[in-house]
Amino acid sequence: MDTSILPRSGNDKDKRAEKTGLPLVDFSKVSKVYGVGRAQVIAMDEVDLAINEGEFVAIMGPSGSGKSTCLNLIGCLDTPSSGSYRFKGVAVGGLSRNQRALLRRHYLGFIFQGYNLLKRTTAIENVEMPLVYRGYKKSVRQKMSLTALKEVGLEGREHHTPAQLSGGEQQRVAIARAIATNPSLLLADEPTGNLDSKKGSEIMDLLTKLNQDRGITIIMVTHERAMAEYADRTVHFLDGRISNIQNNRVIHQ
Amino acid sequence: MIWNTIKLAVSEIGRNMMRSFLTILGIVIGVGAVISMVTLGGGATSQITNEITSLGSNLLILRPGTNEGHGGIRTSATPFKLEDVEAIDNHIAGIAAVTPVSSTTATAVYGNTNWSTSVMGTDNKYLTVRMWEIERGRAFSANELAIGKTVCLLGSTVAEELFGSLDPLDAKIRLGKIACTVIGVLTSKGESTFGMDQDDFILTPVKTLHRRMRGNTDVNMIYISAESEISSEQVQEDITELMRERRNIRTGDTDDFELNDMAQVARTVESTTGILTTFLGAIAAISLLVGGIGIMNIMLVSVTERTREIGIRLAIGALGREVLLQFLVEAIILSLFGGIIGIGLGLGLAAVTAPALGIPFVFNLDIIVIAFLFSGLVGIIFGFFPARRAALMDPIDALRYE
Repeated sequence: MDTSILPRSGNDKDKRAEKTGLPLVDFSKVSKVYGVGRAQVIAMDEVDLAINEGEFVAIMGPSGSGKSTCLNLIGCLDTPSSGSYRFKGVAVGGLSRNQRALLRRHYLGFIFQGYNLLKRTTAIENVEMPLVYRGYKKSVRQKMSLTALKEVGLEGREHHTPAQLSGGEQQRVAIARAIATNPSLLLADEPTGNLDSKKGSEIMDLLTKLNQDRGITIIMVTHERAMAEYADRTVHFLDGRISNIQNNRVIHQ
Repeated sequence: MIWNTIKLAVSEIGRNMMRSFLTILGIVIGVGAVISMVTLGGGATSQITNEITSLGSNLLILRPGTNEGHGGIRTSATPFKLEDVEAIDNHIAGIAAVTPVSSTTATAVYGNTNWSTSVMGTDNKYLTVRMWEIERGRAFSANELAIGKTVCLLGSTVAEELFGSLDPLDAKIRLGKIACTVIGVLTSKGESTFGMDQDDFILTPVKTLHRRMRGNTDVNMIYISAESEISSEQVQEDITELMRERRNIRTGDTDDFELNDMAQVARTVESTTGILTTFLGAIAAISLLVGGIGIMNIMLVSVTERTREIGIRLAIGALGREVLLQFLVEAIILSLFGGIIGIGLGLGLAAVTAPALGIPFVFNLDIIVIAFLFSGLVGIIFGFFPARRAALMDPIDALRYE
C-alpha cells in the first residue's frame, strides 16, 4: 500500500517535533455545498480554522449549522467543495478515496454517538478490527487490544459482547477501538449523546485523560454545554460559519 | 490479510447458521442434481455399451429387408437359404465366423411343466459369434449337425423353468411335436438394460429345425463375425455385393436385406445416451443458476443489514477493495460449502438410486471437480454485485443508516 503521500507515521519524538510546526488541522476558506441548482445547500461557508497538536476542541451549534459536516471533513470522510484543508500539511482535497482511507487508518480514530460496535462480537474483537487493517499479527493485535481496554477501564470484560455491556461500557469499548491504533487525532461525534450525565462525565474524564496523558488531539461535536466545557476551546457554528471561538482555559489560567 | 478475511467470513457465516444454510440450499440442490444425473447417466451409458459389446465383437447381422411392391405395398423380402451362408463363408475374406439362425416359437414340455420359448436352429459357431458359454454338457457334434439329430442346448431360464433343481442333461423334452435330448445348458447372461431376458431360448441344429419343426429351409438371420484386425467396412461392402448378386438385384434397385454393424450401433447408442446425460446435466445446471441467484439475494440482504458495520470499517480506514474482498470471500465460501454438501448429496442419491434402476454406480471424478469449481464460480459471479455495492458505500451515509 502506498503511504508515501502521507507524512511519516509518528512515533512520539516526531509528534513533539510537529507541535512546534504546522497546525494538525488547517482549514482555509473551506466550503461544502450539497446538491445542485435550486436544491443547493451550503453546509459550510468559507470556514477558516486551525487546530494544533495536543488540543482538545469542542464543536457546538444547532442542528444544520454545519458542525457534523465539519467533523466529516476533518475526518477525511468527505472532501471540501472549495477552499483548502490540510491535515499535517497534506492537502486532503487532492487525495483519492483510497488515499483518504489510508490516512484515516494510520492517523485517525473515531467515536460515535451510537457506539457503532459490531454486534455479536466480543469487546476485544471489536478493538482488534482497526489493527487487522493495519496488518498486525494476531498476537500483537491481542496485546495492543488488551492494553487499550485496560486503559479505558474494561479489564476483565474483554470477552463480553456489546449486548452484555452497559451503554457507558460500550462507549468505552469504542474509545478503546479508536485509541488502540495510537492515532494522532481522535474524532468524537456526540460521544455522550446516548448516556446519562453521570456516565457522560465519566466518558469525558476518560477523554480528558487521554488528551492530557497521551497527547492525543481530540475534536468533539456536542450540543451539551457541560460536556463542551471539558475541552480547551469551543468552536460555535451557526449557519455554516463559525460564530464564536471560546477559550475555556483562560479563566482557569 | 486473505487468511484473516477467510476467518472473518467463516465466523460471519457461523453467526447466522440458519440463514447460511437456507442460502446455500439452492446450490446444494443444484450441485446434487447435476452430480446424481451425470453419475446415473454415466452408469447407464457404460452398461449399455457393455451390453452391446457382449453381443459379440465385430458382429454383423444380416436380415432380409422389405420389398416395395406395386402400389407401395411393402412385403417382407425372401428369407436366406443355407447356401447363402456357405457362399459368404467361401467368398468373403476377413471373416472369423458365419452362422445361420432359423427361428420359431414352441412350447417345451418336461414332465408336467411346460414353457413357451423361442427355438433357434443354428450351429456351434453361434456360440462363438454371440459369446455364449456352455455351463454344463457339450456343444453339438459334427454328426448331429450334419444329419439334424433331435438334440438341444437350453438357455438357463428354460433349464430353470423346466427342470428346477433337477439335472437336465440327457433328459428328453418335448419341443412342439418332436422329442429332443438335452445335451447342454448355457451360462446365464441375465437381463438386458431394456428388461429382456437374454437366457430364454433353446438351440437346435439348423437342419433339425428345418426338417422337423418348420418344414422349410429358410434362414431368418445370418450372424457374421469379422476378424478383429480387419476394417468391417470392407467386409460389409463385400457381403452387400455378394448378396445383391445372389438375390438378383439389378443395379440401381435398393437392397432387399439389411446388414447391421453392432459396433456402429454401439457407437450410436453411446452417443445418444451421452447426449441425454448432457441434456439432463444441463437442466440440472439451471437449478445451479437459480441457486446462485439465491446467494446473491441473501448477500444483498446481508450487505444492507450490515450497512453500519461497513460504514465503521470504511471509516476506520478499510479500503473499498478490502470490503469487496470480505463479502466476495463470504459468498465464495458459502457456495463452496453448498457445492461440497451437494456433491455428497448427489453421490449418495446416485448410489441409492442406481441399484434400484439396475444401473451400475460409476464414480466420475471429472464431474465432481467441475461441480466444485463451478459452485465457486457461482459464488464469484453472484457475490460480486453485492460485494461491490458494499465497497462503494459512502461511509458517512453508511454510519447514519438505521
